[in-house]
Amino acid sequence: MNNLLERLRDGTILVADGAMGTMLFERGLRSGECPEAMNLTRPSVLEDIAGLYLDAGADIIQTNTFGGSPLKLASYSLADEAHLINSNAVLAVKRAVAGKAHVSASCGPCGKILKPYGDTEPELVYESFEIQMKAFFESGCDVICIETMMDLREMLLAIRAAKEKAPGIPVMATMTYDATPKGFFTIMGDTIEKASRELEEAGADVIGSNCGNGIENMIRIAREYRKYTTLPIIIQSNAGLPVIKDGTLVYPESPEFMASMAKELVDAGVSIIGGCCGTGPEHIRAIKNAISPAGLR
Amino acid sequence: MELLDRISENLQNGFDETVVQLTEDAVEKQIPPEEILSDGLIVGMNIVGEKFKNHDIFLPDVLLAARAMNGAMEILKPLLIKEGIPVRGKVVIGSVKDDLHDIGKNLVAILLKGAGFEVIDLGNDVPAEKFISAAKEENAHVIGMSALLTTTMPVMKKVVDLAKDEGLFGKVKIIVGGAPVSKEYALEIGADAYSYDGANAVETVESFFPANSR
Repeated sequence: MNNLLERLRDGTILVADGAMGTMLFERGLRSGECPEAMNLTRPSVLEDIAGLYLDAGADIIQTNTFGGSPLKLASYSLADEAHLINSNAVLAVKRAVAGKAHVSASCGPCGKILKPYGDTEPELVYESFEIQMKAFFESGCDVICIETMMDLREMLLAIRAAKEKAPGIPVMATMTYDATPKGFFTIMGDTIEKASRELEEAGADVIGSNCGNGIENMIRIAREYRKYTTLPIIIQSNAGLPVIKDGTLVYPESPEFMASMAKELVDAGVSIIGGCCGTGPEHIRAIKNAISPAGLR
Repeated sequence: MELLDRISENLQNGFDETVVQLTEDAVEKQIPPEEILSDGLIVGMNIVGEKFKNHDIFLPDVLLAARAMNGAMEILKPLLIKEGIPVRGKVVIGSVKDDLHDIGKNLVAILLKGAGFEVIDLGNDVPAEKFISAAKEENAHVIGMSALLTTTMPVMKKVVDLAKDEGLFGKVKIIVGGAPVSKEYALEIGADAYSYDGANAVETVESFFPANSR
């Protein structure tokens, strides 16, 4: 399925999937293990998860490759397996969706702080992303989603690597912002205005935000993006920050609540709505129902 | 003292080489090292922390200031030890077992070091027992724990419980943080404190040391 950008241009509102980590834990990932190692050992699990989100109505299904850049995999001594880890994940989702949804290859932060503030050479980070992007391209993903970035410089390196190694594949670029009394900032101090400008200049095709602290903040973030960009906007919110309920930790935002807010996201100009931490197939199903043509108009 | 003001100002601007140079100058001028620390470096670091808390500056500025602080501490630390003056306090820090997120924890470690504390970084995926044994071996004053997953947060409770069993409770302060962690959770498990970000973690750890915090 490779008409994602066309569909967005036509004004279609698309739904992306929800969280991956919790689904993996429910299927045998032990805490402490590398989540992406499952791509080598049990790719069928990835197909199951993709199938659940497909059934829930997701138009875009993400791969289990958030921590799949060699720099990140190195903390599990898996850097050398990067190509296979990333391509296995893309192939698994492709098998599961069989052309019924767009396969979105997820790319998260490398886990290092770039010089001069940290100790990691930007060039090293770029090369690490190149390896991941090459695997995405060769395994045939439909779109690349670079997400949860908190340093715009790292995001730009990843976009550059994607454009270089995965030519012609659309890139979605989502940053994670903190809500402060002075507005939204990434932890590195990047504003939505600055991100809009630089992401667009770098060639991102869809821009937006993921994770964060609750879907209501995401509505404000989306409105601010809309002020500065004409690109399609993607929002993948978490289900709020976890709270303790009867001694266990739960994410507070229910499928119904997030679905009711999804309509406001559409009004704010968002084209793709998905979930992040704390969301599951039920959230995606509810969001899909809320924004389907019948639910919207 | 003008020299110490310059140390503070340059530290705030993140000019690490200048801060190191000025610290050497101050030592040469026989300014007591504890005074260089408290009236120069820590004054500057406190201002940085305050601005960070108010979102007037961001992580990059703090990282540069902390680097300057660390550079100066390399010079001062041997002098302080020689004079028998305790470094501000010792903190054992780590991300709890099964949690491999460490950016937040690393940041807190950098900021604590930057604020003049001695930091023993146990890394990530740290079992409860290791926090306790390290705190004992190092005679630490504080145990700092980070968790970024709801699934790993129970390790924090285990550390608190172990600290009680091992007679550390009350002697070693326990502070917790990380995205899913809250003040309520800290209270519930019996930790001494919760911090919502790096700057707040430094403030909180400082509050454990009322006598030598300035």
